[in-house]
Amino acid sequence: MTRQMTGAKMILQALRDQGVDVIFGYPGGAVLPIYDEIFQQNDIRHILVRHEQAAIHAAEGYARSTGKPGVALVTSGPGATNAVTGLTDALMDSIPLVVLSGQVPTFMIGNDAFQEADTVGITRPCTKHNWLVRETSKLSEVIHQAFHVATSGRPGPVLIDVPKDVQFAEGDYIPPKKANTSRYAPQIKGDIDAITRLVELMEKAERPIFYTGGGVINSGPAASQLLRELADASGIPVTSTLMALGSYPASGKNWLGMLGMHGLYEANLAMHGCDLMVNIGARFDDRITGRVEDFSPNSKKAHIDIDPSSINKVIEVDIPIVGDIGHVLEDVLKIWKSRGRKTNKAGLKKWWAQIAEWRAVKCLAYEQTGNIIKPQHALERLQALTAKYDRYITTEVGQHQMWAAQFLEFDEPNRWMTSGGLGTMGYGHPASLGVQLAHPDALVINVSGEGSWLMNMQEMGTAVQYRLPAKQFILNNERLGMVRQWQELLHGERYSNTWQEALPDFVKLAEAFGAKGIRCEDPADLDDAIMEMINHEGPVIFDCLVEKHENCFPMIPSGAPHNEMLMGNADTQGVIGTSGAVLV
Amino acid sequence: MSALNIKKGSSAHSAYDLKNPNAEVIESHTLTVVVDNEAGVLARVIGLFSGRGYNIESLTVAEINEEYHTSRITIVTTGTPQVIEQIKAQLGRIIPVHSVNDLTVEGPYLERELALFKVSGSGEKRVEALRLADIFRANVVDSTLESFVFEMTGTSEKIDAFADLMRPLGLTETARTGVAAISRGNT
Repeated sequence: MTRQMTGAKMILQALRDQGVDVIFGYPGGAVLPIYDEIFQQNDIRHILVRHEQAAIHAAEGYARSTGKPGVALVTSGPGATNAVTGLTDALMDSIPLVVLSGQVPTFMIGNDAFQEADTVGITRPCTKHNWLVRETSKLSEVIHQAFHVATSGRPGPVLIDVPKDVQFAEGDYIPPKKANTSRYAPQIKGDIDAITRLVELMEKAERPIFYTGGGVINSGPAASQLLRELADASGIPVTSTLMALGSYPASGKNWLGMLGMHGLYEANLAMHGCDLMVNIGARFDDRITGRVEDFSPNSKKAHIDIDPSSINKVIEVDIPIVGDIGHVLEDVLKIWKSRGRKTNKAGLKKWWAQIAEWRAVKCLAYEQTGNIIKPQHALERLQALTAKYDRYITTEVGQHQMWAAQFLEFDEPNRWMTSGGLGTMGYGHPASLGVQLAHPDALVINVSGEGSWLMNMQEMGTAVQYRLPAKQFILNNERLGMVRQWQELLHGERYSNTWQEALPDFVKLAEAFGAKGIRCEDPADLDDAIMEMINHEGPVIFDCLVEKHENCFPMIPSGAPHNEMLMGNADTQGVIGTSGAVLV
Repeated sequence: MSALNIKKGSSAHSAYDLKNPNAEVIESHTLTVVVDNEAGVLARVIGLFSGRGYNIESLTVAEINEEYHTSRITIVTTGTPQVIEQIKAQLGRIIPVHSVNDLTVEGPYLERELALFKVSGSGEKRVEALRLADIFRANVVDSTLESFVFEMTGTSEKIDAFADLMRPLGLTETARTGVAAISRGNT
């Protein structure tokens, strides 16, 4: 039996049937019929953000912390163009999103109507797929297909553009079970021959390493569980990209810490010196590889990825395995166990001894002296004081993000939300609200810099309106710190436009929004201030005044290999050649 | 490490014929891509090439199956072996793409292109143009006292050669369709 209904009603019905409980959005002329339907129902909660970019980032935070797709609703024209940054962010980080945009009526498309934009044209390169639905009869099936595409294979954002007349017209509703989604069916199971060859290498390798990426988290909690089991049983060390923090517990015995440009010395040198690298759901990003020609020169490399185009894109590998991480790891474990759980014990023992030597360098060491708070110290205290809470962390982009990755510890997946691929300043604040909505009783903290935070500061209004107690932990150095660091290292200390004059008084700003503001500038007050933030029931802006010229180390300069790391504030002048300077 | 001697390439299922990524040799490949004939699908394919900096030497598209609304795109592209592999993998990621075939790799295949040439002139040059057209099996599809339009089907190389010959004889306008290609044999 089919049911007739308007397009607008159909959208709500389809979202309900897809299990959606919250959508983030901003109304406008081209989505009024949908907002009218939202008003007349209680199953799906709508969160009114203050800017469409924030709607997408909030949906990302929701998605990343739950494993479910995030849903956002924006109007035509500027509503849709404001969503572009968020869509690109989600595409780069493989976050499943379904974004609905309004469009001018079909008969006005192409006439430069008010608030008209070629939304499917603009969003084509920044979505996994998108649709312009011209007939109400096709709308419900497209929505179900959209959820299928967003969540299957390598997840990503999709967009459905719905002209206003399509929202008003009536059509037959097609339930999810009857929707045709069979056309898109990515490969899930890995090739058993290739997996067996990988196990053979693992059994013999003297210096193996697991290099894990966001794919482990996207595959679901079972994949993280399998990774733990495999690493702990085999004794193989684990490092991870920024995206995968928490997939292997920071408290686990095989954990080396994050790798990459600001990764740990031991993790990067282990990558450089290994004889077997198993890439599990990562993509050999340039923040990871450094100079490609010198990337891990003496290792056999295996790459497990659900996206065939990730394989051999940057680094040629010896064993490519296309498949879902969870499924492939399950097969790896099964085959490794059935062959007698063999490892190269003597080799591993030497390997761990070598790693211990690298660890002894203590690459994250810093000095907290005097009466100015070092940003690393602030994060170390934040870690110590929040570790026992049910805690979720989001970040913005810059030095604070790298320090957070270095100093905060994650024992579970889906606890760490950050903009990795696109590096979107302004991501963390709205993302923290999306996370808080999904986990109302959890302690959600956005670790931020003052520059990034101001990019989406308007979302304090959303936080206060919906009583979302997410904490905004701002490491305020009154500088665009990461850019400033690069200017110091690369551009002769000419600090061009990395100092924002006239920053707001963040305490007063919080109060202006009806939230609580806390300022801390003395290391002696830090613990009490952090506890005050945690114990406050509502949203807080925490203005932590930190050392203004601290640089983030270790650092692999652009264009350098893993074994040429800068370790600290020793003379770093001129270390990056002109070939590195052209890189970002 | 010599004990860890493994064969390159994954399996029968793998599309990755591993080659030296540092090889700077530029190859030309003819790809055929079957897609759903829906709005914007060509823009997705072309956007992929422009967005990722791949070359398009020739691209043709037309619906080939009315019932299932599928179109076939024939693309001639150039790049290092690694880039060609990436192009195929990236094309395979586009949701409305049904299949990607690399005719250059998969075996013998046919390539044809259609071209129209307008050649204007009189006297000896006009006679010579007609004579060469006959040699190249080009058809005269339009004629005035001072011009011919020749129609010609063949490989791109043959069409290039004919165009070179026509240029001194008064070639004023050229229209080419781009390459359509199909594999030889019964599969």
